[in-house]
Amino acid sequence: MLKEYAQILILMIIVFGFAGVTLLLSSLLGQKKKSDTKLMPYECGIDPVGTARQRFSIKFYITTMIFILFDIEALFLYPWAVIYRRLGVFGLVEMGVFILLLLVGFIYVWKKGAFEWD
Amino acid sequence: MTIPDVNWTSIGTELILISTAVLVIFFDLVVKDKKKDSLGYLTVLGMLGALVFAMTDKEGTAIAFGGMITNDSFTQFLTVLIVGVAIIVTLMSMQSLREGSMDVGGYHTLVLLATVGMLLMVKGLDLIIIFLGLETLSIAIYVLAGYRKGAEQSAEAAFKYFLLGAFAAAFLLYGIALIYGATGTTRIEGIAQYIALKNLGTNPLLLLGVGLLLVGLGFKLALVPFHSWTPDVYEGAPTAITAFMAVGVKAAAFAAFVRIFGGALPLIAFQWKDVLWMLAVITMTVGNVVALSQTNIKRMLAYSSIAHAGYILVGIIAGGSVGWSAVLYYLGAYAFMNLGAFGIVVFYGYKQEANVEIADYAGLGFRYPFLGAAMAIFLFSLAGIPPLAGFMGKFYIFSAAIKSGYIWLTIIGVMNSLVSVFYYFRVTVIMYMKEPIKEVVLNYSLPITIVLIIALVGTIQMGIAPNFYLERALDSIKWLIG
Amino acid sequence: MIPLSHFLGLSVILFTIGVLGVVIRRNAIVIFMCIELMLNAVNLSFVAIARSLSSLDGQVIVLLVMTVAAAEAAVGLAIIISIFRTKGTINVDEINLLKW
Repeated sequence: MLKEYAQILILMIIVFGFAGVTLLLSSLLGQKKKSDTKLMPYECGIDPVGTARQRFSIKFYITTMIFILFDIEALFLYPWAVIYRRLGVFGLVEMGVFILLLLVGFIYVWKKGAFEWD
Repeated sequence: MTIPDVNWTSIGTELILISTAVLVIFFDLVVKDKKKDSLGYLTVLGMLGALVFAMTDKEGTAIAFGGMITNDSFTQFLTVLIVGVAIIVTLMSMQSLREGSMDVGGYHTLVLLATVGMLLMVKGLDLIIIFLGLETLSIAIYVLAGYRKGAEQSAEAAFKYFLLGAFAAAFLLYGIALIYGATGTTRIEGIAQYIALKNLGTNPLLLLGVGLLLVGLGFKLALVPFHSWTPDVYEGAPTAITAFMAVGVKAAAFAAFVRIFGGALPLIAFQWKDVLWMLAVITMTVGNVVALSQTNIKRMLAYSSIAHAGYILVGIIAGGSVGWSAVLYYLGAYAFMNLGAFGIVVFYGYKQEANVEIADYAGLGFRYPFLGAAMAIFLFSLAGIPPLAGFMGKFYIFSAAIKSGYIWLTIIGVMNSLVSVFYYFRVTVIMYMKEPIKEVVLNYSLPITIVLIIALVGTIQMGIAPNFYLERALDSIKWLIG
Repeated sequence: MIPLSHFLGLSVILFTIGVLGVVIRRNAIVIFMCIELMLNAVNLSFVAIARSLSSLDGQVIVLLVMTVAAAEAAVGLAIIISIFRTKGTINVDEINLLKW
C-alpha cells in the first residue's frame, strides 16, 4: 500500500540531499567577506527605504477583500467548463445569470468608489 | 447526463426578493440622497410581492431541484411569517435610517438577502441547502449588526457576532460532514431512511455529528450555554436589526431545527430528547433569571428572547401534532409581540438610540398614552398574561408537554413564566408610576405607525381568536406526523 | 489506498487545532485564521468521505463551502478593519465595551 509512495520518498531524499549538500559545500568552501552592502535586505537591487515592518495603507485591505470575492467566483467556472458541452444552452444561460449578478456587484463597488486609490 | 428538473415557481419568492435586492442596489447609485426613502418603499413593495406570491402558491408539496428544495405547507407557513417579519423590520428601520445618516441602499439590500437566506433554510430538504441558507443570512446580518455609523458598540457587536457565528458555523458544518459520513447522504429523507435501514441508533459517528449540529444550531438560536454573544450583539446592533435577529433568524433556525430533528432524526429521538430537555431547562432559567437584573431595555429583551427560545424547545421535545403545531404557533405569536416591543424601542430611542435604558421609559405611559398602552400590551403578552398571543402560545406548548408526559418540564416552564412576569411588569410600572427624567419629543411617521398597529392587531387577535392561526399551524406539520 | 479513518483522523486533529486556536489566541486575525482552518478540516473530511463512498456530493459541497468561506473572509476582514478604526486594537480582550 505504501509502496507507491516510496518513489516520492526517494525523490524527496534526493531533492533535499542535493539542496543541502550544495548549501553545505558552498558555505564550507566559499570565502566570506561581509560588507554593509551585502548585509542589506535585497529589494530588487535598490537601497531599502525605511523599515519593512511598517503598516500598510487600509486601501490594500479593501482591494484584497474585493479580490477574494471575485477570485473565488472563478471556482465555479471550472466544474462548469468541464461539462459545458453536456449542459448545452441551459448551462450557458445559467452562467450568464451568475456573471450578470457579479457584474451588478462590480458596478456597485465601482460607483461607490472602492477602486479609487485616493 | 440529465439536468435536474428546474422548477422556477418553487423558488419564486426568493427570485422576487433577489430581483428586488438587485433593483435596490442599482437605484441606490442613481437616487439622490434626499429621496432615499423611496428605496425603503421599493423594498417593502418587493417583499409584499413575494408575500402575495407565497400566499397564492398552491402547489402543495412540490419538490424541486432534484429533491433539494420543497414547497410544502410547512414552508409556506414559515415563508409568510418570515417575509412578514422582513416587511415590518424594513418599515421599522426607515425613520432611524434617515435620522442616523446610514447607507440606505446597502441596508435594504442586506435585509432582502438575509430574508432569502432564511427562506432557503426553511425550504431546504438537504443539509447543505440549510447550511448555505444559514450562511447567507448570517453574513448579511454580521454586516447589519455593525451598521450604526460611528457607534463603537455597533462595531463591537458585529465583531463578536462574526467571530462566534463563524465559529459555530464550522461546528455545524462538521456535524453535517459526520452525518454524511455515517449515512452517505445529506438529504433529510435519505438520512431518515438510512437510519431506519441500518438501525444506526448508537452509531458513534452519527451521534457525534448530531451533537455538533446541535452546537451549531444552538449558537444561532441562542440556547444556553451557547448564548454568551446574544446580549452584547442585541445591545450593540441597530434596534430594528436586533428585532430581525430575535424574530426572523430564530424562526428560520427553529424551522431548520424541526426539519432536521423531526424529519431526519426521529428514529434516534431517544438519544437527543434528554439533551434537549436539559438545554430547555437551563435556557429558560438562565434567560429569565439574568433578565431580572438588566437595566438596558435591549439587553433585557435579549435575555427574554433567550428564555422564549427555551419555551419553544419545550414544544419540540413534546413533539407530536400538538407539540410541533404549538412550536409554529408560538413562533407566530412571538413575532407579533416581540416586533411590537422592539418597534417601540426603535421609535422611542429615535436618534442614535438615545433612550435605551429602562429608566428612560419613566412617564411614557401618560405622556404618550397610545405608545404606553401598546408597550404594556406587548410586555404583558411576552409575560404570558391572558388573553394575549403569548398566553395562548405558552398554553399550547405546555399542554403539549403534559400530553407527552413531560410533567416536570412543564412545571419548570410555568415557574419560569412566573419569574418573567416580574421583569416585564417592572418596565410597565416605570412607564406609568415614575416621573419622567427627561424630555423626549416624538413625531409619528407613517411606517412606524403601521408597524405598531400590525403588531397590536396580531398580538390581540392571536390571543382572542387563535383558531385561524392554529389551523394553519396544524395543517403545515402534516408531513412530520406521516 | 489510504483508509478513510486516516483522513478522518487528520481532519479531527486539524479541527481541534482550530478550536484550540480560537479559544486560546487573542488576536482577532489569528482567531479568524483558526476558524478557516476548522472549515478546511471539514472540507478534508468531505472529500475523503466522498471518495470512499464514490459519490460526488461531498466534492461539490467543498466547492460551496469554499465560496462561503471566501464571503465570510471578506466580511470578516471588513469588520476587523472597522473595529481597528474605532478602537485601535484587535485584541479580543480589549474589545469589552459591552460587558460579557
